[in-house]
Amino acid sequence: MSMLHTINKSPFEKTSFEACLNHVNGDSSILMIEDGVYGAMKGTAFSEKVAATNGVALYILGPDMQARGISEDRLIDGVKVVDYAGFVDLVTEHDKVQAWL
Amino acid sequence: MSDVKKFMYVNRKAPYGTIYALESLEVVLISAAFDQDVSLAFVDDGVYQIMKGTKTDGIGMKNFSPVYNALGDYDITKLYVEQESLDERGLTLDDLMDIKYEDEDDDWAEKPSIKVVSRKEMADVMDQQDVLMSF
Repeated sequence: MSMLHTINKSPFEKTSFEACLNHVNGDSSILMIEDGVYGAMKGTAFSEKVAATNGVALYILGPDMQARGISEDRLIDGVKVVDYAGFVDLVTEHDKVQAWL
Repeated sequence: MSDVKKFMYVNRKAPYGTIYALESLEVVLISAAFDQDVSLAFVDDGVYQIMKGTKTDGIGMKNFSPVYNALGDYDITKLYVEQESLDERGLTLDDLMDIKYEDEDDDWAEKPSIKVVSRKEMADVMDQQDVLMSF
């Protein structure tokens, strides 16, 4: 069963992001929203943990990324930017959603 | 002027995800009306508050970044940013807004308000304060 994980907390402030990474399986996807978008940046103390999720599809919500001044060239390789409609598509494409708060 | 106290506002949260960053800014602007010695500290996720290039139309929230540029007009000219917090987040001074103030003691020369300091220096600056407020 495919699962969409949403994460909305900064990995530097809460353990939610790491807990999410510890509970994803290969056919799952992770969508970073709100303060979760900081986890998508490369060159941080946390990026290696995100990059180590081999095979897990990584998405980031564009409007939340832009609001925080993060440009696409700062993202970890392979992270795809989606808009709100893309968010809805991801929800429908997966069997269920788990929201990490 | 012997009533002047040193106030520091300590910002440790990212903007927009929670209301803390905006509330801190509101209180800082209010404090400017009381002629106190005000400084701001940006520590941990607080450094994200002053990143440049923010565009908030997509999330339907007011972009409060321009307010940081106005702090100099309220004599708030000391913005301490912690180096270690930048490093952990893969950020450098170049990623931050170019916040300036005009120095009235130096023929109104434009000077940078942001001072990047080490964690140890930040602890020392905090130690010199009379009042610290955390956001």
